[in-house]
Amino acid sequence: MRRNPRDLVRYTAGERANHWVVGICFILLALSGLAFFHPAFFPLTQLFGGGPWTRILHPYIGVVMMLFFVIMALRFWRLNVIEPRDVEWLKNVNKMVDGNDHDMPEQGKYNGGQKVLFWGLVVGMVLLLVSGVLMWRAWLNLPVDVVRIASVVHAIAAVWMIGLIIMHVYAAIWTRGTIRAMMYGTVTRAWAKQHHRGWYRKMTGDN
Amino acid sequence: MSLQSLDIKRLSATTTPAPQARSPQSGEVAKLIDVSKCIGCKACQTACMEWNDLRQEPGHNVGVYDNPADLTENAWTVMKFTEYENEASGNLEWLIRKDGCMHCEDPGCLKACPSPGAIVQYTNGIVDFHEEHCVGCGYCVTGCPFNVPRISKKDHKAYKCTLCSDRVAVGREPACVTTCPTGAIMFGTKKAMKDQADTRIADLKERGFDQAGLYDPAGVGGTHVMYVLHHADKPSLYAGLPDAPKISPMVSLWKGMAKPLAMAALGAAALGSLFHFITKGPNEVSKELEDEMDRKDREAEAGTQEDAR
Repeated sequence: MRRNPRDLVRYTAGERANHWVVGICFILLALSGLAFFHPAFFPLTQLFGGGPWTRILHPYIGVVMMLFFVIMALRFWRLNVIEPRDVEWLKNVNKMVDGNDHDMPEQGKYNGGQKVLFWGLVVGMVLLLVSGVLMWRAWLNLPVDVVRIASVVHAIAAVWMIGLIIMHVYAAIWTRGTIRAMMYGTVTRAWAKQHHRGWYRKMTGDN
Repeated sequence: MSLQSLDIKRLSATTTPAPQARSPQSGEVAKLIDVSKCIGCKACQTACMEWNDLRQEPGHNVGVYDNPADLTENAWTVMKFTEYENEASGNLEWLIRKDGCMHCEDPGCLKACPSPGAIVQYTNGIVDFHEEHCVGCGYCVTGCPFNVPRISKKDHKAYKCTLCSDRVAVGREPACVTTCPTGAIMFGTKKAMKDQADTRIADLKERGFDQAGLYDPAGVGGTHVMYVLHHADKPSLYAGLPDAPKISPMVSLWKGMAKPLAMAALGAAALGSLFHFITKGPNEVSKELEDEMDRKDREAEAGTQEDAR
């Protein structure tokens, strides 16, 4: 039951489910990966049934995340092609961060920041996938120099990704009325007009 | 396996110091392998298997003496045979090197290991794997400059030479040392082994091996298994013994600077977000827009009622 039948559908049930499969996998991967990255986080292996189980599970969870991320990226990439108005938005991003979004340029379904985040995640995922497979000793035993480079790339890409996801989650919390879009699919018209006016006009025909 | 009663100097994935009150007053230990005295009999391989209860499946003869062909989780030491045509002297030299863990003073395996206490370094210098804490990730293989640790296909634990830490702990020498029929493998304090090496090197030089020398590579802080080589200028002649081993810069970056930098960056992102929220407040939809939409909602509702009539 929608609170207001005139609310706008931002994400279909399929898109939401897809997003959360990736999201849950990402959280599990971040926790288990940090456990192996820094001794301070090694106790996180207890969440996965101990050290050996964490080592066994981490790469398989990674494969699941990659499959669903590919599907999600195929769903959304067209909406994230960067346009001149996004560049304009990005030039003014400091005003946005300052909490003053009055004269930000009009945005479509995604703003410049969201689009940059999308492509940042794509790059990070590719690096994680390639380096992760190279490190997967249960299946592969590659030349040690390759594994060493892969280990460094995997760590850097993972930190990059966790950083981007912290930004992603914070942006959703900071911008009120956003989280419901990914929980049950709709946003209010006022939210749409304020944050994504181009998308609002396309969806409603109003100005 | 933790069968020993030795004091621990360093533990893997541990950021605080190990207990330090006790230290070996007689100095650290070392094994000295005099390659020039080795006859390639493989008694050391047999003694190692016997003492450690290991049984490597016999390999296949592929026309060389090496058997098994390489270190495995069940073969912690392996004789490596190299035929070297010495152009300077015109001799064919049969170089035989007992391969195995070098027990580095600065061990790449220990540096790379993510599991607290799975790899330890004792105060006497021996580097040991405690397999009950091993998670099977293989980072020790990635970290080792000598390609020594092996992950078992059966239990996914890492294994390598322990320098018979269980024997050393009760005042005995490693099994390979006891068994070596020519005295090519010796064991004692590191200082005593260096002194021993000096006399051997002097002897070799007298006999025409000008480049004879001790292999105790400084790049890994020295090792607790050392070789006397007739060609110390070219260690790689001996079945690829690294000329200048050191922990790879990739491993140093991964297990060094990357850790504090990453933690600082992620901490800053999380705390920065929190403080942004409490200083700037949430990004709300304006009251003006909400009122406008309420008005439009009512108009739309009135419109549908009009249509219904």
